[in-house]
Amino acid sequence: MARFAPGEAVHVQDRHPAGHLRTPAYCRGKRGVVERICGSFGQPESYGFGGDGKPFQPLYRVRFEQARIWPDYDGPATDTVEIEIFEHWLDPAG
Amino acid sequence: MRQYHDMGGLPAGPIDRHEHESALWEKRVDALLMLLAGRKPPLMRVDELRRGIEQLPPDAYDRLSYYERWISSISAILVEKGVLDQAELEARVAEVRARAEGAG
Amino acid sequence: MADEREHEHDHDHEHGHDHEHGPRAFQPDLEDTVPHSDYQYLEAAVRELLIEKGLLTADEVRAAIEAMDARGPHLGAKVVARAWADPAYRQRLLADGSAACRELGVDMGPTHLVVVENTPAVHNMLVCTLCSCYPRFLLGIPPLWYKSREYRSRTVREPRAVLAEFGTVLPEGVEVRVHDSTADMRYLVLPMRPPGSEGLDEAALADLVTRDSMIGVSLPQSPKQAAAE
Repeated sequence: MARFAPGEAVHVQDRHPAGHLRTPAYCRGKRGVVERICGSFGQPESYGFGGDGKPFQPLYRVRFEQARIWPDYDGPATDTVEIEIFEHWLDPAG
Repeated sequence: MRQYHDMGGLPAGPIDRHEHESALWEKRVDALLMLLAGRKPPLMRVDELRRGIEQLPPDAYDRLSYYERWISSISAILVEKGVLDQAELEARVAEVRARAEGAG
Repeated sequence: MADEREHEHDHDHEHGHDHEHGPRAFQPDLEDTVPHSDYQYLEAAVRELLIEKGLLTADEVRAAIEAMDARGPHLGAKVVARAWADPAYRQRLLADGSAACRELGVDMGPTHLVVVENTPAVHNMLVCTLCSCYPRFLLGIPPLWYKSREYRSRTVREPRAVLAEFGTVLPEGVEVRVHDSTADMRYLVLPMRPPGSEGLDEAALADLVTRDSMIGVSLPQSPKQAAAE
């Protein structure tokens, strides 16, 4: 059961563990909005080391305003970037 | 503290748009990974390939070409998982080299 | 990165010339039958040992390469052309990209395809900042530049500058939306149908669709551009 719904604001956790990660550094600590739920998939942190990926996690496409990601973004305020992020990397943004 | 391969947003120069056909050995590397990952259960996963590449030291990451990184990772991961033995791999590499240099 | 394939030609694609993106016959490169670098020795050694251990066969390797060579942007172009010609198909493509591609006979393997549509308001671009994830079953192997440090670093940060390097200038007021292929999804940009293409059949429409327009670094050809080649 996915924790977040499309349209909901989420916050990417600002942590930097070692290991195999698929949450890029540039979006950590940033706030975005869920664009869609992609389904549930195995955790890369586990698969990367031969694990079984469990427990599978809901995967979301999260939309970020570029102006929120880059302090000096040179483009319109409407430009966005969308990134696939696993539920175990997300908190509610409120 | 970002990992070395995690480069989104870092400054970089102009994009070199030159293209060229992959060499046959590169296609073989690609095929190898596809076949290993396609087994049920997989002999190695794409995620392990990526992790092996991410574990390359930064200078190797930069210096090696794309498929050189792949085959470095594939060989290291297969040894790590016990699919191949390090000694037998080294011996075979030496043998392949000797054959190639004899043929050349 | 899992399902990447290479589909490079000896020359540059950027001006969208009318080049057949058809399937390539497998042609062994005689130069490559003798490895001549450390990494080629390593590839040969790994492959030989795996075959000797019964984990792989040479035939499987050969077949995988043939399958890889048969994939290329012509498959994506066929899908885009159908979406342009058939609004109901376009809806299905946007709802479930892989299923819609399979409808046209494309083997999508394990791909979960998300199709993102260009509109007068939004221009989409694809990148994989962490490695080189790409819709390989649909477009073949990604170009070298897609896998480069420069493209991977800059596209999320300064997409408009990257577009400019590809010679792509967007009208005022268009949102640029970059998709970073970080996990299990793969992407295809559905470009806008070029003006002046009304009345073209699907085969002619497919000729307008370049690989780069499906990645989002450029726009499809106009009928005039295609005819000029």
